[in-house]
Amino acid sequence: MRILLGLLILALPVLATASGLSAARRAELTNLLHQDCGSCHGSRLTGGLGPALTSTALAGMNTAKVARIIANGRPGTPMPPWKPLLSSDEIQWLAQRLLSGKEDPK
Amino acid sequence: MISGWRAAALGLLALALGGCATLRGSGDLGLVIERTSGRALIVDTTHRSELAEISGLGDLSHATVVYSRDERYAYVFGRDGGLTQIDMLRARVARRVVQGGNSIGGAISQDGSLVAVSNYVPGGVKVFAADTLQPVADIPAYYGTEGKRSKVVGLVDAPGQRFVFSLYDAGEIWVLNMRDPAHPAVRRFKDIGRLPYDGLITPDGRYYIAGLFGEDGMALLDLWHLDRGVRRILDGYGRGERALPVYKMPHLEGWAIAGDYALVPAVGYHEVLVVNRRDWTIRKRIPVHGQPVFVIARPDGRKVWVNFAHPLNDTIQVIDVERLRVERTLKPGKAVLHMEFSPRGEQVWVSVRDDNRVLVYDTESYRQLAALPAENPSGIFFAARAHRTGL
Repeated sequence: MRILLGLLILALPVLATASGLSAARRAELTNLLHQDCGSCHGSRLTGGLGPALTSTALAGMNTAKVARIIANGRPGTPMPPWKPLLSSDEIQWLAQRLLSGKEDPK
Repeated sequence: MISGWRAAALGLLALALGGCATLRGSGDLGLVIERTSGRALIVDTTHRSELAEISGLGDLSHATVVYSRDERYAYVFGRDGGLTQIDMLRARVARRVVQGGNSIGGAISQDGSLVAVSNYVPGGVKVFAADTLQPVADIPAYYGTEGKRSKVVGLVDAPGQRFVFSLYDAGEIWVLNMRDPAHPAVRRFKDIGRLPYDGLITPDGRYYIAGLFGEDGMALLDLWHLDRGVRRILDGYGRGERALPVYKMPHLEGWAIAGDYALVPAVGYHEVLVVNRRDWTIRKRIPVHGQPVFVIARPDGRKVWVNFAHPLNDTIQVIDVERLRVERTLKPGKAVLHMEFSPRGEQVWVSVRDDNRVLVYDTESYRQLAALPAENPSGIFFAARAHRTGL
């Protein structure tokens, strides 16, 4: 029983990163990324007032770091904290999405 | 009765105008930017209809437009450094250059002969001949001692064949005099405040004001008296209150002037600031729905329309200038990005990005007059801007 519970706990983060997000919510987040993040970072994420968010530009950062910046913002810059608007799963998904290069300009 | 040769001449004229059977002026035309698809729609503001679609304009996130003084041509400034001259009557691209890596906006000179573009990368301003788009001047925005270049924001035209702009990273305002195009002259004003994010010029072309993101305040330059330097105004307007997160930068395009007052967006506060134009002090802080993005006066100055940053961007509020308070709240739809008044203000066009449409309202009755389909519409720019300083 205890082993089972342990396994369950281990499995939880995996389930979360595989994202409990619905396809509709993922589509909304993609729109948010290109339209609203895009108002500073460019709708193709190639940069604007804020830096580029392409996978090349983010090379050297890991998911945890990107997620932390999205969640908390960067004090002293216009990058706001998105924690008040997005769940940690959503932030995690966005960070992975950026690093995967799937949102890079075609 | 039209004689044979006269009919032939008329036919030629029609052909010369792109084969259109009817002649038209350009004064009631405008452009609607479709930000994700690299297109712009030519619209007719009298008949509230779409006339044509212009594609191939590149990355139009944050695109802006200025017009030649004959209102024949529009200049579209794209994010990817593209500068496109659109022939509004033939409804096609006349000329296009990619002049920088990452751009933010542009302006046209007082005499209409020069078009200036402000770039993030490489940081600076480039000036082109308005008719040919041939390069005229390159003004890199160097600052500090290490040869770094600043992103440039808030570029406007000013009387005296000048352009004025702000250096985001450097905290400077530069005045570029192009009276002698072969010898551009720059006057620099340093230490204007942290992170100027945009700038505006009053409609008379006298005052340039940069909004600051890094502090509560604005930087004011009197273009009649450059020797007096830059003055800080509205210092500490947040009065030490904790600023709220800003999910979209306000824009200072346009200047809501009403009698003795000017209305500007606060940064980090859900307020519109009312500024006394005589001494540049705050007269009132009007509480509004969210972080204001555009604060634009109807051309008669009696009402001011305000839209808001994400996530409260489904709303527009209208401020009654006599009473300095919100008199009306509208819900046009998901992601209201921009508002543009007809030249004398009887109608306003509103882009609703995520609903893929542009709505036209009667500004007295607030009745919706029309809805035009558009893919992720953002900026709306009418040709009447051709005759207004700073637009």
